[in-house]
Amino acid sequence: MSPFIRAHILVCSGAGCVSSGCYEVYDSLMHALEDQGVLNEVKVIKTGCIGSCDLGPTVLIYPNGTFYQKVTPEDAREIVEEHIVKGRPVERLYPKRATGEMVKNISSLDFFKKQVKVVLRNCGVIDPENIHEYVARDGYEALAVALTDMTPKDVIDTIKQSGLRGRGGAGFPTGLKWEFAQRVNAEEKYVVCNADEGDPGAFMDRSVLEGDPHSIIEAMTIAGYAIGASQGYVYARAEYPLAVSRLTHAIKEAHEFGVLGENLFGSGFSFDLDIRVGAGAFVCGEETALLASMEGKRGMPRPRPPFPANEGLFKKPTLINNVETYANIAPIILKGPDWFRSIGTEKSPGTKVFALAGKINNTGLVEVPMGTTLREIVYEIGGGIPDGKAFKAAQTGGPSGGCIPESLLDISMEYDTLTKAGAMMGSGGLICMDEDTCMVDIAKFFLQFTQDESCGKCVPCREGTKVMLDILTRITEGKGQPGDIETLESLAKTIKNTALCGLGQTAPNPVLSSIRYFRDEYEAHIDEKRCPGGVCKDLIRYEIDSTKCRGCSLCAKACPVQAIHPVASEAEVAKAAGGESGQKPKRKTYEIDNSECQKCGECMSVCRFDAVSRR
Amino acid sequence: MASSVEAKRSKLESKGGECKCHGKLPDDRFAKLHDIIEEHKDERGSLIPVLHEAQQLFGCLPEDVQKQVAKGLDVPESEVYGVATFYSLFSLKPKGRWIVNVCLGTACYVKGAADCLEALKKELGVDLGGTSKDGLFTLQGVRCVGACALAPVVVIDDTVYAKVKPEDIKRILAEHVEANAKEAHAS
Repeated sequence: MSPFIRAHILVCSGAGCVSSGCYEVYDSLMHALEDQGVLNEVKVIKTGCIGSCDLGPTVLIYPNGTFYQKVTPEDAREIVEEHIVKGRPVERLYPKRATGEMVKNISSLDFFKKQVKVVLRNCGVIDPENIHEYVARDGYEALAVALTDMTPKDVIDTIKQSGLRGRGGAGFPTGLKWEFAQRVNAEEKYVVCNADEGDPGAFMDRSVLEGDPHSIIEAMTIAGYAIGASQGYVYARAEYPLAVSRLTHAIKEAHEFGVLGENLFGSGFSFDLDIRVGAGAFVCGEETALLASMEGKRGMPRPRPPFPANEGLFKKPTLINNVETYANIAPIILKGPDWFRSIGTEKSPGTKVFALAGKINNTGLVEVPMGTTLREIVYEIGGGIPDGKAFKAAQTGGPSGGCIPESLLDISMEYDTLTKAGAMMGSGGLICMDEDTCMVDIAKFFLQFTQDESCGKCVPCREGTKVMLDILTRITEGKGQPGDIETLESLAKTIKNTALCGLGQTAPNPVLSSIRYFRDEYEAHIDEKRCPGGVCKDLIRYEIDSTKCRGCSLCAKACPVQAIHPVASEAEVAKAAGGESGQKPKRKTYEIDNSECQKCGECMSVCRFDAVSRR
Repeated sequence: MASSVEAKRSKLESKGGECKCHGKLPDDRFAKLHDIIEEHKDERGSLIPVLHEAQQLFGCLPEDVQKQVAKGLDVPESEVYGVATFYSLFSLKPKGRWIVNVCLGTACYVKGAADCLEALKKELGVDLGGTSKDGLFTLQGVRCVGACALAPVVVIDDTVYAKVKPEDIKRILAEHVEANAKEAHAS
C-alpha cells in the first residue's frame, strides 16, 4: 500500500446499515476504486454504528467529513468517480433538514450536534476488527496504566470517585459493586459482562459490542485486576450474531497482542475471557437468572442475598456489569474521575446512550450528557415527530419502565428524576409515540411481553401479570367495567412489593405510569367504549360521509369482507316516494355495515375523496 | 407471475419440504452429536452450548437427541428437557425450510408490527410458532432484532426486510421463494 492515503471512506457497518445493505455498498466502493486505479490512495473502513440508523447505509468521507446517506451500490460508484477522483461531492446524497436545506458535513448535522461521545467514542470511527485502530485511539492504555501504576484499590477508588452508576437500569454505584466483590476472600472470582440486551427497542450494547469490542475486553480485564479475578465471561444474546462474531475476533486479536492472557504488561496478572451465548429468554438479563443460564440451567432468578458479589457464578464471588457500564471504564481511568464528573449531573455523572426509535424523524443511537432534557432529545436531536403529528409520550426503560407525557418534556434525563416520574432509565430505550398511539394498547403490549417472559417461579409475577393482562385485554375489547382501573392499581402495587426479581417487580410500571398520565384514555375505553388513539379494533368504527362520497365504488371493491354496500341516492328515494321525476338523478353513495367490518382500514386508504372517517 | 411462483413453490415442496426420515434419524448425525458432547463435556455449564450445536445439527431437539445429551453430559433427562423448553430459541418440533421472524419489539410494535403479523398469519395460514402446510415457512415472533430504525422489521432466515407494510407480505414471501428457487436451480 502507498504510504500516502489521501482519503478515508468510512462505511457504517452497524446492524442497521448491514440490514440496509452496506456490505454491497462496500464491495461496490472497492470495485470502483480499483477500476479508477486509486485503490492504494484511499482507505475504506467498515466501522461500527455511526448512529443515524434511519439514513443507512451511510458513508462518511474524511478529510472533509462529508456525509452521504441512503447510499446504493450504484451511488457508491458515483461517489468514487465524482468525489474521490474529481473532487466533486455528490450533492444529491447529502442528508437534508426538514426545510430542504442540504447538510454537507457530519458535524453540522443536528443529530450529532448535542451529542457527547464517551461510550460510543470509537463506534463509527474505527474498524472494530482491527486492534491497531483501537490502540491508536488510546486503546489498552488504561489497562497498562492500571496494571503498572495503580493498585487494585486505586482502581476501585477512581471508579468510586467518578460516581459512575450501572447503565443496565437500576443505577447502582459501580465502584461500590467492585469494592464488594474485591473484599470477599476467595481463590476464584469471576467478572461477567451482561450483554443480554433484552429490552425491546434498545440496541446500544449491541452497537458497542459490534463497533468497539476491545473497549469491553479492556474494561473487563481492568475489573478482573481490581477485584482479583482471572476469568471473565460475556453473556450475549443469541439474537446478536454479528456482535458475537466481532467480539470473538477481538478476543483472538487481544490474545495475539498480549493484552489478554498470561502475565499482562509484565505485571504477573493474568486474565482470560470467554463468550456464552444465551438462548432467548428476557429474564436472563436479571443477574441471578443470567448466572443460572451460564451454569447451563433454566434461567430462573433466585432470591438475594446472597448477592453475586458473595456467591455468584458456580458459587464463586462474581462481578456483573452491563456493556455500557464497562465502556465507561477506560476513559475514567485515563482522564480521571474529575473529568467524568464534569459531564452530566451531580447525582448521575457521565453520559447516557439512548436508542431513539418509534414515531420520530431521526432514529438511531444518541449519546448525551445525563441531565439533557427529553425535549432536546426528541426535538433537537430527533428532529421531532413525523407527518406533523403531535408528540404524545416517550417510553423509557422498556417493559420495566414507564411513559413520560408531553407535559414533562422538560424533564432532566437522569436516574432519579425518571424514577420519580414513574418511569425508569432502564437500559436506555427511548420509544416515541404520537397522537395515533393508544396508551392502553401499549400498556397491554408490555404486559403481554412480561407475561410471556415471566419464568413462572413466583406467584405474583406468574399469576398477577396474567390477571392484569386479562383486565387490559378486556378493556381494549370494549368490555371494561367500572372499577377496573382501581383493580389494576391494587394488583400492580402487590406485584411490585412481592415479586421475586426485577422483572416481576417492574412489570406493572408501564400500566401504572400510563394510568397516572393517561387515565382519561382508560376511562374513554371503559365508560364510553371509545379508543381515542383509534387503535383498539373493537372500539373503532369506519364511516362514509355521504356528502363527500362520489360513489366511485373503490372502497367496496377494496373491502376484503364485502362489508360496503351501495345505498340509494336521495333522488331515487324521492322518486320511490312519488316526488318530482324531472330532477337529475344523483349517483349512488356507499355505506359500511359495521357488523361485518373487520376494521382493516383499507377503505380509508383507497378513498380519493376523504369520505371515509374513523371514529 | 403469481402462478409461476406457485409452481416453484410446489416444486420446492416436493423436493425438500417434507420430512423423509419417517421418525428415524440417520445415524451419522448421532455420531456427530457424540463428538460435540465429547468436546464440551469437561466445560462447566456446557448444556446450553451443546443444545445450540445439537439444534444446528438436527434442526430441532427431538427426544432421542435430548436423551443422548443427558447421557453424555451426565445430567438428568428432566433437566435437559427443562432447559430445552425454557428458552425460546430451542424447539422440540422440526421447523419449516425458512424461518420467518416478525420483530415484536416496542419500536416495531408502535410502527405497526401487529398488522404485519396478522398479514403473515393469514398468508401462511398458521398461528405464531406454526409451520405452513407446504413445510416452507415457520412463523415466529422475535423480541427485538435491534434494527429499530428500520421498523417494522421482518427477518426471513438472514434476510432483513425493513419498513414492512402488511400489503408487502405477499410480495416478500413470493420474492423469497423465487430467490431461493433460483439459488437451488443454480446449484
